[in-house]
Amino acid sequence: MSLIQIKTDPANNGEGQAPAGPQYWRSLDQLAGTPEFRQWVEREFPSTASEMLDGDSRRHMLKIMAASFGLAGLAACRRPVEHILPYSHGVEDLIPGAPYYYATVMQLGGAATGLIVETHDGRPTKIEGNPDHPASQGAALAWQQASILSLYDPDRSARFLENGSPTTKSWPEFDAYLKGLSLGDGGGLRFLSETVISPTLELMRSEALKKFPKAKWIEYEAITGENEVAGLAMVFGQRLASAPRFDKAKVIVALDSDFLGLDSTTPQPTKLFSKRRHVSGEEDLEKINRLYAVEAQFSITGANADHRLRLKPSEVRQFAMDLAGALGAIPGLSATAGSDRRGKFLAAVVKDLKAAGAEALVVAGPRQPAEVHAIAAMINEALRSEAISYRKVEGGAALDGLKALTAEMNSGQVSTLVILEGNPVYTAPADLQFAAAMAKVANTIHSGLEEDETAAAAKWHVPAAHYLETWSDARAADGTVAIQQPMIQSMYGGKTPAEMVARIIDYKDKDAHAIVKNYWLAQFPGSARQKEQAWRKALNDGVVAGVKPYEPVKVSANASKLPASLAAPPAPGGIEVAFVAGASTYDGRFANNAWLQEWPEPMTKLVWGNAALISPAMARARNLKDGDVITIARGGYKVDAPVMIQPGQADDAVTISLGYGRAKCGRVGKDVGFNANLIRTSDAYWFGGGFSLTPTGNKVVMATTQEHGIIGGSSAERMNNRPLYREVTIEEYKRNPKSIEEMNEIPELQSIYPERIYDKGYQWGLAIDLTACTGCNSCVIACQAENNIPVVGKYQVTRGREMHWIRMDRYYVGPEDDPRAVEQPVPCMQCENAPCENVCPVAATSHSPEGLNDMAYNRCVGTRYCLNNCPFKVRHFNFLNFHKHMPQIEAMASNPDVTVRMRGVMEKCTYCVQRIQEKKIQAKAEGRRAIQDGEIVTACQQTCPADAIVFGNINDPQSRVSKLKKQERNYQMLAEMDLRPRTSYLAKLRNANPELEA
Amino acid sequence: MEVNPPLVRARDYHDLSEQISSIVEGDVIKTPRKYWITLGITSSITILLAAMLTYLVSTGIGVWGNNRPIGWAWDITNFVFWIGIGHAGTLISAILFLFRQKWRTSINRSAEAMTLFAVMCAGIFPLFHTGRPWRAYWLFPVPNTDLSMWQNFRSPLIWDVFAVSTYFTVSLLFWYTGLVPDLATLRDRAVSKLRQVVFGILSLGWRGSARHWTNYEAAYLILAGISTPLVLSVHTIVSFDFATSVIPGWHTTIFPPYFVAGAIFSGFACVMTLLLIARWTLNLQNLITMKHLENMNKIILVTGSVVGYAYACEFFIAWYSGNIYERFTFWNRAFGPYWWAAWSMYSCNVFIPQLYWIKAMRRSLPVMFIISITTNIGMWFERFVIIVTSLHRDFLPSSWGYFRPTWVDMCTFAGTIGLFLTLFLLFARFLPMIAISEVKGVLAYEKQLFKGQAVEVAAE
Repeated sequence: MSLIQIKTDPANNGEGQAPAGPQYWRSLDQLAGTPEFRQWVEREFPSTASEMLDGDSRRHMLKIMAASFGLAGLAACRRPVEHILPYSHGVEDLIPGAPYYYATVMQLGGAATGLIVETHDGRPTKIEGNPDHPASQGAALAWQQASILSLYDPDRSARFLENGSPTTKSWPEFDAYLKGLSLGDGGGLRFLSETVISPTLELMRSEALKKFPKAKWIEYEAITGENEVAGLAMVFGQRLASAPRFDKAKVIVALDSDFLGLDSTTPQPTKLFSKRRHVSGEEDLEKINRLYAVEAQFSITGANADHRLRLKPSEVRQFAMDLAGALGAIPGLSATAGSDRRGKFLAAVVKDLKAAGAEALVVAGPRQPAEVHAIAAMINEALRSEAISYRKVEGGAALDGLKALTAEMNSGQVSTLVILEGNPVYTAPADLQFAAAMAKVANTIHSGLEEDETAAAAKWHVPAAHYLETWSDARAADGTVAIQQPMIQSMYGGKTPAEMVARIIDYKDKDAHAIVKNYWLAQFPGSARQKEQAWRKALNDGVVAGVKPYEPVKVSANASKLPASLAAPPAPGGIEVAFVAGASTYDGRFANNAWLQEWPEPMTKLVWGNAALISPAMARARNLKDGDVITIARGGYKVDAPVMIQPGQADDAVTISLGYGRAKCGRVGKDVGFNANLIRTSDAYWFGGGFSLTPTGNKVVMATTQEHGIIGGSSAERMNNRPLYREVTIEEYKRNPKSIEEMNEIPELQSIYPERIYDKGYQWGLAIDLTACTGCNSCVIACQAENNIPVVGKYQVTRGREMHWIRMDRYYVGPEDDPRAVEQPVPCMQCENAPCENVCPVAATSHSPEGLNDMAYNRCVGTRYCLNNCPFKVRHFNFLNFHKHMPQIEAMASNPDVTVRMRGVMEKCTYCVQRIQEKKIQAKAEGRRAIQDGEIVTACQQTCPADAIVFGNINDPQSRVSKLKKQERNYQMLAEMDLRPRTSYLAKLRNANPELEA
Repeated sequence: MEVNPPLVRARDYHDLSEQISSIVEGDVIKTPRKYWITLGITSSITILLAAMLTYLVSTGIGVWGNNRPIGWAWDITNFVFWIGIGHAGTLISAILFLFRQKWRTSINRSAEAMTLFAVMCAGIFPLFHTGRPWRAYWLFPVPNTDLSMWQNFRSPLIWDVFAVSTYFTVSLLFWYTGLVPDLATLRDRAVSKLRQVVFGILSLGWRGSARHWTNYEAAYLILAGISTPLVLSVHTIVSFDFATSVIPGWHTTIFPPYFVAGAIFSGFACVMTLLLIARWTLNLQNLITMKHLENMNKIILVTGSVVGYAYACEFFIAWYSGNIYERFTFWNRAFGPYWWAAWSMYSCNVFIPQLYWIKAMRRSLPVMFIISITTNIGMWFERFVIIVTSLHRDFLPSSWGYFRPTWVDMCTFAGTIGLFLTLFLLFARFLPMIAISEVKGVLAYEKQLFKGQAVEVAAE
């Protein structure tokens, strides 16, 4: 591992004084201060000064002077001289310029995702999933992909705050302060952390509680799975969490569960779910799963559902009860059949679930109350589902813990509160008044990555370490442990939660590396040498080999444990407001991440802000339009929010993303969107009724990357039945496999240009399987990170200038009030007959022999003709210098293999040509061997949790991409134009239930 | 046989020279104050243009409203608009010359000047609309050390570069050749040393000998011959920028004749606007007569109707082709978000000029002035409609967008109008606006025709 030192204090750059920071020197002589060097410095004209004494060479002197004047002008054009310092000692195995890959793990929302991080010369530049890690399986979500930008966030906490204001004090003063705290037996000591999934932090917790027996440790996060634990406890009588095996389920019912989207912080559910959606032959058609979604907001899971029923959040419970009743899963419940859409839907689901038996799976979302989770568990038990197992859980973040803590703080029982990351002042429910409670605590210590709301409210704020710059470990949901290893030295000297606790309890190891390594060396069996080997292997693999995954718990359901309240009437009516995680910001922690802020929310395509999503019917009834600001209020809590009309949203239900409207945040995320926590109270924690909506008469501009409009219904005017996104039901496909091809008529195509034959060497192509793709949008950030794609900001997005090379096109099908939605990733099509190429006046874009539509940035003069003539509009123009205001530290996230484009030039997807070249060079170096299929993966393909994108050599009939393209569902967009795109799509096969299709 | 009334009215050749030259020869200081005020305003607007272009180059194309999918907007709209205006000059000079249309003599000089100025304004846009204008010279096949590369000769933009630069060069030569005898007249009449020297150099030693006249006539004829195909080719090639693309609404075989007709239409309208002002302010009613104006209005009626036919034809083909993208584009053009632009264009270009079927309208000065203005508004909208409405909603509905101009867009366009007017004002003050020698030729012919009649110098 190579570490680089970041200079953080520009004041200490003078040569004369004794600097505290690192010294920079120009040459060895300067450093040495030799007499020769001094003499050389003192001579004004070192090389020609003696010439003046020589009368004969006056002419020579004039010549030199003339040349000097000329060169003086040139010298003025030069950039400031910078010195590159070589390693004075060679570092073993280090090849300068070559990337190195390290395994690590990222924790988010109580889940761990194993990662492989690419580093260039000691700086991490790109994140990929670790194929050996069960939660990742090689994929990564947008949050993981974008976390690298948070590492280089110039607004990250780099200094101490005392009572909310910056201070020059640092660790020594802080340690002295800690020593001064009289903690006694810990009666007044409370730790507040996020969900603890790190074994070493667990160790520190137990050590802390050992040293301070009366201290308490509370876990809290704004987004947790606590309702599930409570629900399963109702059924099984113990604290459990479920582990759904989506790959084992043929029929899945998602009760307000967005397991393919916001409810999962790891790629695992999508990985498992999509396993049954890869169709390569007849037999695969039988295994394809069917997904039913019941939800209020239109989620990614709803978009992937074969059938979706929109219900208000509170109505999901009644639906679940009816489902359980009809299946006879809970004694005493009976189904209330109906002949409306809901009744038909219910009947079809019941029939399907019964037929699926052990391959049936009902999952409830974390927003639903415990009862719904209990009902889902009962149904799964009744059906003897093999697609779900349970594991024991201890602790875990919960709202009740925070409530109790706040009460203690208010009653003066807490003297010292240590907040280990997290931002409870912002994320706590509004009615807890957490900030006010904090003011009553004498000593509040906050360790965090940002100078956030909690940092400002705490007595002490100390910088925390980003996960890419420090040591830790994390346990995945199935029990696999991965070591979190740093790629770079801590930039601002931040500490991990474990280090913080170690300082407070004066643990023997104070340093993260020592804490983690010593803990694991103690765990590994064998001699010291074997322990060291096991440690190194764990670092290399990214998973700790010795740790066994959890054994599924044998459970037996007991309906009698279900509370009587199950049959109670549902929640009060009126307008319901539901809260969901921010697709970009999660719970607000990514608010200062510009990649994520500009990352389109997968369904609404909203960027740089959140909105109150309402149904079209509600908008009509209340005469609201997109961008109209309304006041949402309930019981004294209120917030002003812009409205966005979301087709398919349940009527009288408003959905709001958390994580926006940060008051104390860096430059990127400050005051972006509105803060939903202001109306999130503990009695309406996930959703609640009785909200009032009052128009304010104001209007704001919201930025979306796609003109949101209905494609179906009034399709005559919009889509005109354009066969761009193609889908058929499985039945139709079985009946007529040519049905996809027949969706557009291709005339006999002729060209006046001689045919170019692409039959030699590598011919790159891409196939995107729309059946597998869930539209999760992770590829967009993966591409952005790989290809140094700039962020343009909200205003430029409203002007239509976003730069994402791959975009996710979302179309609605069907009536506005209750449509289906489809998602289609669109990168450059790399047309063989590319319309962009022949219009470029300077030949800046032309075709490579390998079939790529290459773009020579330094030849481009920026006429934008190629953009106009691209039927797919995948070309992006640098309308302004979008890198101009990029902080220097953020530039460290750039991929050195990819040019940063200047203003005035066009750019677009290149199929990650730098990765192709890298492998070609490698293959050449290894004796001109052929590149294997799958050796080159594009960034979008690599991160895709659904494995929907396949890249390869289409000239090789055995390659995966060739085989996919041979399928009958393969089609090209706009094939009738004879563009011959290298990117083709495999049509979506909808596993529609014929009973609901009619 | 019925004889047409005389085209121009002047007592004799000297009077004619006197009338036209006196505009140019007056003491600069004694130029009416309203001229200086007007020139002050237009040159201020020209300075605004310089400021806008400086801002553009220093900041980026983002200061305009262009976006994805609308890569071209007001920039290319303005380019085609100005190029179109530049068409009347060559048409009047070359084609009407070859057809021996005597009435062209009174208007050809100013029409040619207008052509040059319009092409200059047009040329600003292709240069400055590039993202990196400091590299725009790469569009020309000049040897350079940056990248030893040829241009892409398959690109219509390269054809455009050649077409427009050729057109400008030939138009300049044509205009200058025609000016030579008149410059000699001014030289001969000059009383100050400066004027003698300047016009002496500019008139290239013209002495009016028979040999000179023979050469002159031959050169003029040859240039007319070269220019004639250019009238048709320049706008044909400009239309190829669109016609050879794949975008519905651009990809149309009707574009070349449609664009040429539109260009002549707008060019005549612009000549009309300028001449009506000049005729009124400089008392040229005897030279620019109602006959001239009516003839021009007839051409405006014809070309406007041709353009109307092209519009109708596009709609028919969109329907008849059965192509869903094409059909949608034209439906969207008329009834989509930019309906107002399309209907402004149909009204100004097709409906309003139909008034010229009525003779009284063709001969009414206020009517023709208003129609000349609406025609130019309509023709600007035509280019806007073709470029922006076709681009804003093309194949993939996911990438549809909307264009809104910024203040920089507006000021840049206003700036080119300022530049155009400034150049024209300078031309009108310092060079003969009417071709003296050619009008004399017409006068000679008419003196013969109307022998014995008093050809009075009288206003209508």
